[in-house]
Amino acid sequence: MEESAIEKLEVIYDRYVETEGSVISVLQDIQSEFRYIPEDTVYWFSEKSGVPASKFYGVITFYGQFHTKPRGENIIATCCGAVCHVKGSERIFLKLREELSLRGGQDMTADGRFTVEQVSCQGACNVAPVVVVNDKIYGKMSPNKIVKQIKKM
Amino acid sequence: MTVENKIAVHVCNGTGGMVAGGGEVLQAFKDAFAESGVKAEIGDRCSVNGVGCRGLCAREVLVDITVGDEVTTYQYIQPDMVSRLVEEHIIGGTPVEEFMVGKDYHEFLSRQKKIVLADCGRIDPEEIDAYLDVGGYSVVEKTLKTMSPDEVIQLVKKSGLRGRGGAGFPTGVKWELCAKNKADQRYIICNSDEGDPGAVPTLIEGNPHSVIEGMTIGAYAIGADMGFVYIRTEYPLAVERLKKAIDHARERGFLGQSIHGSTFDFDIRIKLGAGAFVCGEETALISSIVGERGMPRAKPPFPADEGLWGKPTIINNTETFANLPHILRNGPEWYSSIGTETSKGTKIIALTGKVRNAGLIEVPMGTTIREIVFDIGGGIPDGKLFKAVQTGGPCGGCVPQEHLDLPVDYENLARVGSMMGSGSMVVLDETDCMVNMAAFFLAFNQAESCGKCPPCRIGTKRLFEILTGIMEGRGRKGDIELLLDLSADIMDSSLCGLGMVAPNPVVSTIRYFRHEYEAHIRHKRCPAKVCRSLLTYFIRADLCRGCGVCAKGCPVGAITGIKKEPHRIDTSACVKCGACYDTCKFNAVLKE
Repeated sequence: MEESAIEKLEVIYDRYVETEGSVISVLQDIQSEFRYIPEDTVYWFSEKSGVPASKFYGVITFYGQFHTKPRGENIIATCCGAVCHVKGSERIFLKLREELSLRGGQDMTADGRFTVEQVSCQGACNVAPVVVVNDKIYGKMSPNKIVKQIKKM
Repeated sequence: MTVENKIAVHVCNGTGGMVAGGGEVLQAFKDAFAESGVKAEIGDRCSVNGVGCRGLCAREVLVDITVGDEVTTYQYIQPDMVSRLVEEHIIGGTPVEEFMVGKDYHEFLSRQKKIVLADCGRIDPEEIDAYLDVGGYSVVEKTLKTMSPDEVIQLVKKSGLRGRGGAGFPTGVKWELCAKNKADQRYIICNSDEGDPGAVPTLIEGNPHSVIEGMTIGAYAIGADMGFVYIRTEYPLAVERLKKAIDHARERGFLGQSIHGSTFDFDIRIKLGAGAFVCGEETALISSIVGERGMPRAKPPFPADEGLWGKPTIINNTETFANLPHILRNGPEWYSSIGTETSKGTKIIALTGKVRNAGLIEVPMGTTIREIVFDIGGGIPDGKLFKAVQTGGPCGGCVPQEHLDLPVDYENLARVGSMMGSGSMVVLDETDCMVNMAAFFLAFNQAESCGKCPPCRIGTKRLFEILTGIMEGRGRKGDIELLLDLSADIMDSSLCGLGMVAPNPVVSTIRYFRHEYEAHIRHKRCPAKVCRSLLTYFIRADLCRGCGVCAKGCPVGAITGIKKEPHRIDTSACVKCGACYDTCKFNAVLKE
């Protein structure tokens, strides 16, 4: 692992070393630092803290928020909540995948520029369907609007 | 907001408002006021603040301009419209009529009864003084000085307040169970992990201090000195405002040691959820707070006896806490005078889906679904017909036309096979397929099953497979009975609250829309024309102008034709993606 990565992990470690029950918080911090959870960071943390790596992975695989694969520079997530579903979010999702030529289980474009995901309810149901582009919510979307949005990026 | 200001501008900065550009509108007002000419004109008489949501997010960005006592509300405001509002209304004194909300906006509001949401949209959620100006924190101060913890519990019991998280357990009774346990430490938790459209983001974004005040009252009643707010990371705005509110409350001594000069200590920490629906279940939520996989465990022992770190713990939902300052301020008799025989007070309802005035509303318990959908919600848009309201989130059920006059409360919704849940109502119209809806919710519940007990883990998977088969034209005779049998088994034998209600969407849609299932199974037809495998797309030659747009957009090249002549779809090559249907400007593409 690179020196700079270890420095980042040290900071996270110091933040939580005294706090009970912080596995989730640690993983959230790692993910916000690295954009996903690289395998070696888990082993580094496990060794340093004495908490088995299996425990970290148990938590990582349980919660929908954690990603174990690298993600693209831009993250486009369509909401798959009930209201967005009724308002046609699936068609937006499929259109996005088609536009970015994503096939099968692939969710990141080959050049690493875009990742397409589905997210659970964002609480903005009144402007459904919503698409979250790099943490900014866009309401009242349609397949064509999102394609225009990507072309701008 | 201070009283001496003569003109106040309130810009909606809830999630709905921000999505529509509320942040930019707020900035545009600030910029306009900073201009030297404007500043000289209005001096310091004018204030501008971002406020929480006032419900009608479909019309965002909403802006209130208050001159003296007169409030004018504007809708669909964008930054480039701000200069006109400033020049004509604020400086010139003449409201800009063409931007104003219509009569229907006032009807939307006048048919509601706002208690918990009363100050959302009126006060700046990031300013603690705004909350103090409307009497905030005075209730908790009075309570700490004049009432014993047991008196608080008895008062809450008398008010009839029931948990707003869905199950509707009486709040006072739960507290009493917790308080009578002998323990050196107790905890109180605010469950803000609601996933379906609900009150959580709006309440915390719009009036976070009311939740803090409510939690403090609860903590005092049960003797807890530490509280947690468990909130979803999907609500970043709410988390940020809550953090700010907790900091401000600490600075003023409303949290921390010796609150309001009493001997009572209490502080609150925020715990971010990590995206697991089952964590709304109490015991799973506790596992998640201590950093474990959020798996429920058997009850008893109930959290009120053995909860967080083995200590007696009370978990109430956000809306429940926000009700408390009002109940203590106005008395239990006042509160229990609102609502129905068994369900007191008001309920916040997230009204969404195929309805004109999508938004967050608050109505007295006992309001009928017809009043909610048609009077407040303004009915179904685009001339479509009402089909059902899906209530209670992914584990809820649907309420069809025949029950439109049902007064909404915990018991009534359960009686018709649905539930209150966190109070979401998704309106469905004639273009929604009920088999598809059931499958959608089942897919969700199956993915969110924690995997601990087989009936839920395997059973929901099998339900989903059968539903998928029906939607794809592989439905067989006996499938409906099999679905019902399996659902009953899952509901009977699951450990936690999620498994016990996970098959609800299936049971409820079969109960009221069995004919739609039968059409899929027997006739391989989807009456609402949603299930793709059962549809055929074709072009009506008399309507087609031969523009070629559909042929260009078809991903598999299944559409052919000569320019300016009617085109054709080769049904054997068609993948039924619907692209042609969406793009045809002449409505010449039909599906059947």
